[in-house]
Amino acid sequence: MKIDPSCRYQSSHEYVRKDGDEYVVGISDHAQEALGDIVFVEMSEAGKSVAQGAVVGVVESVKAASDIYSPLSGTIAAVNGALQGDPSLVNKDPYGAGWLYRIKAAKPVEFDGLLDAVAYEKESGKD
Amino acid sequence: MAPFAGYDMPISYPSGAVEEHLVCRRSVGLFDIDHMGQVELSGPGSDDFISSLVSARVLDMLEGEARYSLLLDERGFVLDDLFVYKLTNSWWIVINASNRASDLAWMRARAPKGVAIADRSDDTYMIAVQGPRAIELLDAVAGRGSASGLQRFTSGRIAIAGIPVLFGRTGYTGEDGGELFFPAERALELWELLLAEGSRLGIEVAPVGLAARDSLRFEAGMPLHGHEIGPSINPIEAGFKWACDFAKDFVGRAAVEAVVASGPARRLVGLDVAGGVPREGFEVLDPEGRPAGRCVAGMFCPTVKKYAANAFVLPEYSKVGTALAVSIRDKPRDAVVVKRPLYLPAYRR
Repeated sequence: MKIDPSCRYQSSHEYVRKDGDEYVVGISDHAQEALGDIVFVEMSEAGKSVAQGAVVGVVESVKAASDIYSPLSGTIAAVNGALQGDPSLVNKDPYGAGWLYRIKAAKPVEFDGLLDAVAYEKESGKD
Repeated sequence: MAPFAGYDMPISYPSGAVEEHLVCRRSVGLFDIDHMGQVELSGPGSDDFISSLVSARVLDMLEGEARYSLLLDERGFVLDDLFVYKLTNSWWIVINASNRASDLAWMRARAPKGVAIADRSDDTYMIAVQGPRAIELLDAVAGRGSASGLQRFTSGRIAIAGIPVLFGRTGYTGEDGGELFFPAERALELWELLLAEGSRLGIEVAPVGLAARDSLRFEAGMPLHGHEIGPSINPIEAGFKWACDFAKDFVGRAAVEAVVASGPARRLVGLDVAGGVPREGFEVLDPEGRPAGRCVAGMFCPTVKKYAANAFVLPEYSKVGTALAVSIRDKPRDAVVVKRPLYLPAYRR
């Protein structure tokens, strides 16, 4: 299991990484491994406002569908269109090409309240 | 790994279910399916007994032949689906793991005196070798012509590295290949030999778990008991009239004939769905949002690259091309009735 030390995490396995004045959100390597082959991804559209903890989309694997909870409040700046053609990018490169969406944070302070890599590693070891 | 009918079953291997599916379509997949049950019927009267028990015609079968059939109850519901092999002095019946106890009890309760019913499941191991290069691999390990010399839906006795194997040129993936029945204590040896020989011969061979076994059979239009067929489903609504021989007597025949006469109340269809993965239990709606049926299986199909479902719908919605919707997470998603199977089995092309 890879944990990107530059990211913050939620216990529901989304990661978020600061990138310029936006944040990139995806699911952790641990999450993609637990889900298995990902075959469908659907995210809310760019421009939509979301609250921290709100459902912003779904990732479906061969086994099951999992809701994605936004780690930050803000406005969705972009969604990863490449996942429409190849959802398996989430399996292959969860922290890179398999990102889910970019968000313009309404409350950047929320980022600091998320789990850091060390805390997430401890947390994700539980399931 | 997951528990299934008392077995610990591999759902998928590290390469993942999608890749396992694709390996089977392009080269060879190995399936550890020891959970499948085997029942052997023998003794005087066993021909007539099996003919009365199963829906398909079996009395015309030649030694070595294998045939798909259904086991019905008196109401015409599907207790199980079976592969029946006619061997030299017996009938070899392959049954589903979860129905093993009930199938055996059903048979034993109806068997006339003289018919022996032996549960061979524990001492028999079953491995399926499936894919476009499966026969080539089997010929290489069992001796030239051992596998390729048998027609589709026939069986024969072969030996692989000294292991006696009943080989059926059968399977449940839509690919050519075979199913191997052999003494359970040789399982690991044979499994590893097939992998090693594949690697030595340059034939790509990979283990395939239950998840990909499901997507392979689904694409190829084969039913899975508990989904497209089951104890509250009759063969006619599921499209299995072809597996019923009305020229003979069999348990459930009258009930099935009644459905033929009245027309089924619902029909099994294939749906091509956009905007999500349809799954078992999801509701099917007509374009006005009225209930039209329910999905009994659904998934992403790796070969045809579609999200598809099998659903029972009211007969008026069953025509190919009918626009419907599947409710996925409370949103109606466009669906259209398509021709089954999505993937035409290799041996039917």
